[in-house]
Amino acid sequence: MNQDFDIKIIDKALSIDNAYDFVLDSTCGGITLFVGTVRNHNKGETVTHLDFESYRPMAIKELTKIAASCQTQFETKKIAIYHREGLVSIKEKAVIIAVSTIHRKQAFLACEFIIDQLKLNVPIWKKEYLMDGSHWVNARP
Amino acid sequence: MRIKCFGIAKEIINQNTLSIEDDTILSVQDLRRYLENQYPRFSQYKSFMIAVNQTFALDTDQISSDDEIAIIPPVSGG
Repeated sequence: MNQDFDIKIIDKALSIDNAYDFVLDSTCGGITLFVGTVRNHNKGETVTHLDFESYRPMAIKELTKIAASCQTQFETKKIAIYHREGLVSIKEKAVIIAVSTIHRKQAFLACEFIIDQLKLNVPIWKKEYLMDGSHWVNARP
Repeated sequence: MRIKCFGIAKEIINQNTLSIEDDTILSVQDLRRYLENQYPRFSQYKSFMIAVNQTFALDTDQISSDDEIAIIPPVSGG
């Protein structure tokens, strides 16, 4: 377990304070926080809520690889990545990413890199509930 | 051989874990072929990945019943 990373998949409300407190570091001058929230619409349809499922041990491994890659590419100091599992309501936090770096630029770059990679490669799935049914996102033939 | 199923794969197979007794499945590619034959809906989804021991696998990777195998449909986290 890398002490510079705090990576969790949780079935309860995510805490911005916990992510911030984890990455706060006396050697760092910048922290970026990205919060992904559940919006009430997608592709013109009304969304009522989401249900997240994960292959938790593999998702943690993949997120750890992404974080490790940030240490090399962007010289990050500390990284927190929290993702929700289970039912999540509109406006709730689905994901929090916090990164600390010595200077701000690398913190912005690393934060964006992490969310982009998460969306591409990490085994987490969202089921979108609409007014008239539900479907797994990205899994329409 | 036991296969973990997630997301749309769980719905196609209609269970969380698929048990397969088939000695001819030796590689990821063999498994893909088996799934597409048994569950034609899989062939509609080209971007299914297979994970072996919690790592994305290549079609040519060998698999056995000792491995932890999972079907990874297109991801949609975040």
